[in-house]
Amino acid sequence: MTQVYKSKSLATLSSNKAVAKAVGQLDVDVIAAYPITPQTTIVEELAQMVANGEVKAQYIHVESEHSALSAVVGASIAGARTFTATSSQGLELMHEILHITSGLRLPVVMAVPTRALSAPISIWNDHSDIMNARDTGWIIYFVSSAQEAYDTVIQAYRLAEDREVLLPTIVSYDGFLMSHTYEPVVIESSEDVIEFSPKTWKGYIEEGAVAIGTLASPDYYYEFKYQQVEAMKNALRKAEIIDRDFYKKFGRKYGLVETYRTEDSEIDLLVTGSIWSSLKLAIDKARSDGLRIGGLRLRLYRPLPIDEIEKILAGKEVLVVIDKAISYGLRVAGPLANEIYTNLQSPVKIKSVVAGIGQRTVTHEDLYKVILHVYKNKDSPGFTKHTLFYGVRGVEFDG
Amino acid sequence: MKSRESLPSWYELPIGGISRPNITPESKAGWRFEKPVIDNEKCIRCRLCFLYCPDAAIVESDEKYTTKTGKTYNVSYKINYYFCKGCGICAEECPVKAITMVPEV
Repeated sequence: MTQVYKSKSLATLSSNKAVAKAVGQLDVDVIAAYPITPQTTIVEELAQMVANGEVKAQYIHVESEHSALSAVVGASIAGARTFTATSSQGLELMHEILHITSGLRLPVVMAVPTRALSAPISIWNDHSDIMNARDTGWIIYFVSSAQEAYDTVIQAYRLAEDREVLLPTIVSYDGFLMSHTYEPVVIESSEDVIEFSPKTWKGYIEEGAVAIGTLASPDYYYEFKYQQVEAMKNALRKAEIIDRDFYKKFGRKYGLVETYRTEDSEIDLLVTGSIWSSLKLAIDKARSDGLRIGGLRLRLYRPLPIDEIEKILAGKEVLVVIDKAISYGLRVAGPLANEIYTNLQSPVKIKSVVAGIGQRTVTHEDLYKVILHVYKNKDSPGFTKHTLFYGVRGVEFDG
Repeated sequence: MKSRESLPSWYELPIGGISRPNITPESKAGWRFEKPVIDNEKCIRCRLCFLYCPDAAIVESDEKYTTKTGKTYNVSYKINYYFCKGCGICAEECPVKAITMVPEV
């Protein structure tokens, strides 16, 4: 049984509460999580729903994130629809089980409000935690509003449980900036939600005894890992179909890459998460100055919809990639910038910018300064050679 | 040893390396490859196998048994093959070698 909403309604929710609402409507069987800021309010809300009898799920209290994911892995093997959530250090503690979940091809769904990593301790937002999970074989969504968080959790279960995909899925968004800020969210009727994402996962033990977590010798291991490569290709195709179907049913559409004023732009900025709305304001300001600036927002991070990005960037001059994480020791130190550099088959110049580390505020005015900086310096030699660490004290900036 | 090229391709293998056991899949003893067999003629009813079995798979029954040499015992020991994992501890501990391990297949 699920939490019942008979008809469409409007609610004021934070992204965390929007995620909890969606999970409550999706007939989840097992929830296990360990509290960590800024994720806690998701599972707090779900614990309440279970305690009130609104959601008929098993809520397992565990002693760590490592155990939380391990518990849902076991439940998922048995055919349960599962949910967990974490942030920051919690995601790092889960790390070895992240690989096991994807290796066992279990459609676990997890919410990750992103947060900086220790040391020093920061409870505030950046993308250091999720960037460490990029090679774990999970599908990773980056959403930029509470409505999108709600909608994407609904899409995530359908994608994860697809027979051609069967991969665990993370729905991530900016901690605090989104996890604790309230926005109006359209809640769909529970009947429609479950009709869109019906429970199709049956687990592995339906036909009797199986051996799980077996040893694969050098003669076999490679083939199992290649299965995951193919599953990711299917996930890219299916994610697009699911988003289209979602639009048909609910009237909201996001795509895998969202664009803003890119039709005639010369310089584009690629971002993820909540910075998107500030970027749109900065673009409007730059446009009113006569600069041809456009914006891209990456919604699906793994698998990376690089073909789509390539198409959007055809004929453009400069792409600025803004990262909220640092890959230490690299000349181009933005993780996403690195991936765009290596995967993009295009003559467009790529400029890496790091900003918003540990939730250092990035306003639309800051982004406007970055735009001016890029516009002024784009033709100077060696411009794209180094990452611009925007906003750090003691580093010169010509903006 | 087969050559690597003759092994199954990635799309022929079960996903996630999840496999089904080959032997007695319906019991709790899917990995047993040798089963213990008790020779009632040699058995002296010392009860050691019953005590040593780590899985309580040896059952003490009240069945009477008379050996060919005319000795009568009031109990017999039997093996519950549904639970027996084939570890062989009983055969190892039997002081009169009345238990032998027999290959499953």
